Amino acid sequence: MTEPLLKVENLRIELKLRDGVAPVIDDLSFELMPGESLSFVGESGCGKSMTALAIMGLLPEGIGRIASGKLIFDGEDLTTASEARLRQIRGNEISMIFQEPMTSLNPVITVGEQIAEVLRTHQGLSRKAAWDQAAELLDAVRIPNPRSRVSDYPFQMSGGQRQRVMIAIALACKPKILIADEPTTALDVTVQAQIFDLLRDLRAQTGTSIIMITHDMGAVAEMAERMIVMYAGRKAEIGPVDQIIDHARHPYTQGLISCVPHIMSDLTETREELTEVPGIVPSLREFGRDQCLFASRCKYRSGECLQHRPPAKGFGNGQISDCWHAEAL
Amino acid sequence: MSDTPVIPEEPIQKARHPFVEAWEMFRRNHAAVVALAVLVLIILGAIFGPILYATDPFEMVWAPFSPPGVDGYLLGTDYLGRDMMAMVLNGARVSLLIGLAAAVVSVVIGVTVGALAGFYRGLVEEVLMRITEFFQVLPTLLFSMVIVALFGASLPMITFAIGVVSWTAVARITRSEFLRIRELEYVTASRASGVKNLRLMFKVILPNALPPIIVQSALMVGSAILFEAGLSFLGLTDPNIVSWGQIIGSNRQYILDASFTVTIPGLAIFVTVLAISLVGDGLNDALNPKLRQR
Repeated sequence: MTEPLLKVENLRIELKLRDGVAPVIDDLSFELMPGESLSFVGESGCGKSMTALAIMGLLPEGIGRIASGKLIFDGEDLTTASEARLRQIRGNEISMIFQEPMTSLNPVITVGEQIAEVLRTHQGLSRKAAWDQAAELLDAVRIPNPRSRVSDYPFQMSGGQRQRVMIAIALACKPKILIADEPTTALDVTVQAQIFDLLRDLRAQTGTSIIMITHDMGAVAEMAERMIVMYAGRKAEIGPVDQIIDHARHPYTQGLISCVPHIMSDLTETREELTEVPGIVPSLREFGRDQCLFASRCKYRSGECLQHRPPAKGFGNGQISDCWHAEAL
Repeated sequence: MSDTPVIPEEPIQKARHPFVEAWEMFRRNHAAVVALAVLVLIILGAIFGPILYATDPFEMVWAPFSPPGVDGYLLGTDYLGRDMMAMVLNGARVSLLIGLAAAVVSVVIGVTVGALAGFYRGLVEEVLMRITEFFQVLPTLLFSMVIVALFGASLPMITFAIGVVSWTAVARITRSEFLRIRELEYVTASRASGVKNLRLMFKVILPNALPPIIVQSALMVGSAILFEAGLSFLGLTDPNIVSWGQIIGSNRQYILDASFTVTIPGLAIFVTVLAISLVGDGLNDALNPKLRQR
């Protein structure tokens, strides 16, 4: 068995609030294999983006910090790595694309220069070589007329094109891990599909592992092999995508799946009712309590859910669910 | 794939370049356009005037207090019989030069302080902003007089003295822009691609923070000219150079007998500073995205 590329062990991230600290990530462990595509799913504010920022070493200064746990990348613990070392890794071995392509590019610098800059910093390419490679990368992310578009400014491009440029920047140095933080949320559906196609193809070509963060179950089904469902800073369920979608072992996962509409080929087929998950995510102050944080919204709630944090229960097929009633579901 | 549609080389309508857009906005401010023309004239006069009108401004050429236009001297002569025209043209050089150089000094100090404070936050910001406040509460004219009196009234020292008392506004503006921009996504994205702090500050954030800084520094040129005039009026200037303030200062005793000796350089200062302020206002229209919608 190959060594995992990234190994997250008992990660705990604390966020400083006006009154005390809240664990926005509470005891999270997972592994990422080389070339694997892993998805984080969950509602807003459940800690998906924080995990990504922690891996990048970009937690908001003075507010967020890694309280305990390890982030082992290629045998090296990132939580103890120096800032200089982290800078070498960022953009070179682990890179990231963001949710909002309209604001993720520097508006006063040409896109070519923004791609070339990464190449110059990490690979020491000359100005000319970096510029040429920038044009090639634009071609690789399927922007038409790359030779003339390299000298465009971001405002001359559409949202989808800008996201492609972001992907080009992220993949410029052939990173081992690409973190995509809701890469298609701000784009319309046809463009979303194109971006997914692009990411899939680029992954097939380069063998980059992808960590995708999303709240869109459809995107997960399309992109990922394994998924981690997050809820209120904790892992709710982890496992291969097919199996989880087929038989979710956590009520929250079931809720997420049942609120995605399905297109039926046959209109006479009986459709399942579209449901929503009632209630809202608990506030940060309630994070970290010794109980199931989903209990207030859960229809399977029982006494023990409110008394103790549910243990992880494995199912032999790689699926692990943190729920007291996992076996019964 | 032979059936791929041919993509046209140029997009049908390209978004306009920011410079073009800024000029469009600037042009709508008529006062600013007129002021810009006046300013260009003044600058050309300062550069070429002393060459074309080669009279030595220190030379006694005629009887004192000859009124403008009489005896062939367009702007008359001052209390020592020196040619006012030559003095005003030469003074323009000094006034504009000091104005520009002092503005540069204060922008350099202000941007550095503001950028460091806004970028690093925490203790760095605390210390730097306290220093800024210290300079803000100093009586500026008095402080620069002390500097000039202590270190001598040479051109560089006057420039430095003016720059050192007027950088606080730039520092505050720069800091506030940095505080805003450092949280934007493209800065995080740049961090995520491993950009070093110094580059982040000066290549990523600063270019985006420039518009209000440009406007402020344009206005600063005007106030630096006024400041220099004030200092040289008080005699704190290099006696071997002519500046507008110095002409006013040296002729001030004769203001009742020959008011033109004071009025003419005064007008020169007034027109120049007004032109710079109006251009600064136009720049604000052109560069401030919040005014774009009008």
